[in-house]
Amino acid sequence: MASLRTNMPPQRRRSTAVTVMIVLGILIVAAFVVSMNTGFIRLSPLDVLRTLFGGGTDKENLILFDFRLPRIVISVLVGAGLAVSGCILQGISRNALADPGILGINAGAGLVVLLFISFYPTTSAAPPFLLPVLALVGAGLTSALIYALAFKRHEGLSPTRLVLTGIAVAAGISAATIVLTLRLSPEKYQFVQTWMAGSIWGTNWKFVLALLPWIVVLLPLAMYKARVLNVLNLGEQTATGLGTPVERERLGLLGAAAALAASCVAVSGGIGFIGLIGPHLARRLVGPQHQLLLPASALAGALLLIVADTIGRSLLGKAEVPAGIVVAVIGAPYFLYLLSRSRA
Amino acid sequence: MASSVQHSGTDAGAGGSQLQSRPLAASAILIGGTALLAFGIALSISFGAASIGLKEVWGAMFAFNPELTNHQIIQELRMPRAVAAALVGAALAVAGTLMQGMTRNPLADSGLLGINAGAGFVLAVCFAFFPGLSFGTLILFSFVGAGLGAGLVFGVGSLAQGGLSPVRLAIAGAAVTALLTALSEGIALHFQIGQDLAFWYAGGVQGVQWKEIMRIGPWIVAALAGSMLLSRSITVLSLGEEVAASLGQRNRLVKALASLAVLVLAGAAVAVAGMIGFVGLMIPHLTRYLVGRDYRWIISCSAVLGALLLVLGDLAARMINPPEETPVAALIALIGVPFFLYLARNERREL
Repeated sequence: MASLRTNMPPQRRRSTAVTVMIVLGILIVAAFVVSMNTGFIRLSPLDVLRTLFGGGTDKENLILFDFRLPRIVISVLVGAGLAVSGCILQGISRNALADPGILGINAGAGLVVLLFISFYPTTSAAPPFLLPVLALVGAGLTSALIYALAFKRHEGLSPTRLVLTGIAVAAGISAATIVLTLRLSPEKYQFVQTWMAGSIWGTNWKFVLALLPWIVVLLPLAMYKARVLNVLNLGEQTATGLGTPVERERLGLLGAAAALAASCVAVSGGIGFIGLIGPHLARRLVGPQHQLLLPASALAGALLLIVADTIGRSLLGKAEVPAGIVVAVIGAPYFLYLLSRSRA
Repeated sequence: MASSVQHSGTDAGAGGSQLQSRPLAASAILIGGTALLAFGIALSISFGAASIGLKEVWGAMFAFNPELTNHQIIQELRMPRAVAAALVGAALAVAGTLMQGMTRNPLADSGLLGINAGAGFVLAVCFAFFPGLSFGTLILFSFVGAGLGAGLVFGVGSLAQGGLSPVRLAIAGAAVTALLTALSEGIALHFQIGQDLAFWYAGGVQGVQWKEIMRIGPWIVAALAGSMLLSRSITVLSLGEEVAASLGQRNRLVKALASLAVLVLAGAAVAVAGMIGFVGLMIPHLTRYLVGRDYRWIISCSAVLGALLLVLGDLAARMINPPEETPVAALIALIGVPFFLYLARNERREL
């Protein structure tokens, strides 16, 4: 995965990285504006600007501030969170193909949400503020289970075993999911399926507030640990030789990545592949140093998810395609391309 | 590292370290397994909402009297179901065996390698766009879908530098499954056929009718016979491609024919019984452990044991919580996941 930029002098790499991040930032703003215009009721860019600065009609205010803006803000936060989570996972497992979705975190969150909905008495959709908490619990339990199963006493945590265990646990969970979905009423089923497909359903400022603390705490924490990630990337023995408590740091970082992914999935539903593609794009653009890689991943992830959500909302007119499906359709081929390029 | 690669390389083809096969054990499994299978089918026919004695089952089979309700139930409802379970189990097990033998990959299974997902995706397309298709056409589409999934996974896996390592194949399978499932989900959400599809994916062999078996049976039987004809070549192939080539075997031809058999077997199984994973993973390992590494024995014994597993699984699925039926796929996953984890823990090759 060594990119061309590794042999650049550090100052130049840093200045390239800053340029890349500024460009990404501009693209995010552009996507933001386009996304504001997109939807069942079209608003021209001028209308959007006018409304943003307080001159809109009641209807425009409602559409923009209560429906579109929270959704876009959530896409940005979720995209950034998932990408950073993937970046951490790839760093600690030294496996360029690690992704929170492939590690079974989405499946675990989905199963707990499904369990709750299938035993919830009324047919209407469940109380919205309980779901993120439940999804968080499910994702946390799943990642703990996968870690426990992949851990071997004398060999520690092999990246390969981590990925394979993730696949096995996800397969088991999806079998359990099938059993439960068969018992659901059609309305509940529709809700669950949309949730699992990653629809960014929490379009409400309260969800933004629920997600924000996780991002605000964990992203800087990841940045703070960038050096450790760099060292871990050199291999277990080198890292131990350099005086890093490998096992402890790895556990802590894995926990942070899982918490980040879980809190994002809780609000957005099952979105995969962002955690894979974000860091990869970023690595191509700014190189492998985590001080630069982590923020670039966050920006790339945010951009990807806004674009995917906007496409999903405009593709079929009135009916929305969940962003998670758009991401998978773009992301899986890219993932397979990366897999075919990776060396044995 | 080199030694462990070597070790697991040979291990992929054999359950134990010994090279010889065990014809005695294999014959015992074939005879005993077939007897157990017959007994299992009889039990499966006798058990149900209306409990019917084994004696009457015998009567319905060999002295059918259309005036008796019980004979009608047996002939029209329970026999096709038991026969379908046996066929699907044999098909999945042999598909897995062929894949593991061909690729020397201990983690190969049609459920894990995107084949079932491919068939499922194409069937979702059929449900959404051409709702009135006949079962015979659905089967053909299911083959095409299985080919699509397998083609993607193996294509990507073999493009990679260093070839198809088990881990790489498993990851490619997971990604292709994610892609095809996302597409199926999109279709299901848009056309509001999600729960129909879920019922069908999890359906197992519930409600299978004779006319469907008449359609699917010949395909499965032909592919099973073809696999048996190929079995000697598969044994050679499982020693490694270079060895096989130097022994004068036309590897490409053998692989193409075996792949065709896998697609027919897996596609037919999905068309009848939906998504059932792990049968093709577990049965070949068990069989290799029991009978050694001669694929003539492995393939025939896998077919018997696979059929036995699914007939008993289907029976258990009905017995757990009557009159409700537990999806048999979930029941088998309950055994399959720990089995996969066990294999994954011992998988030493890296990406």
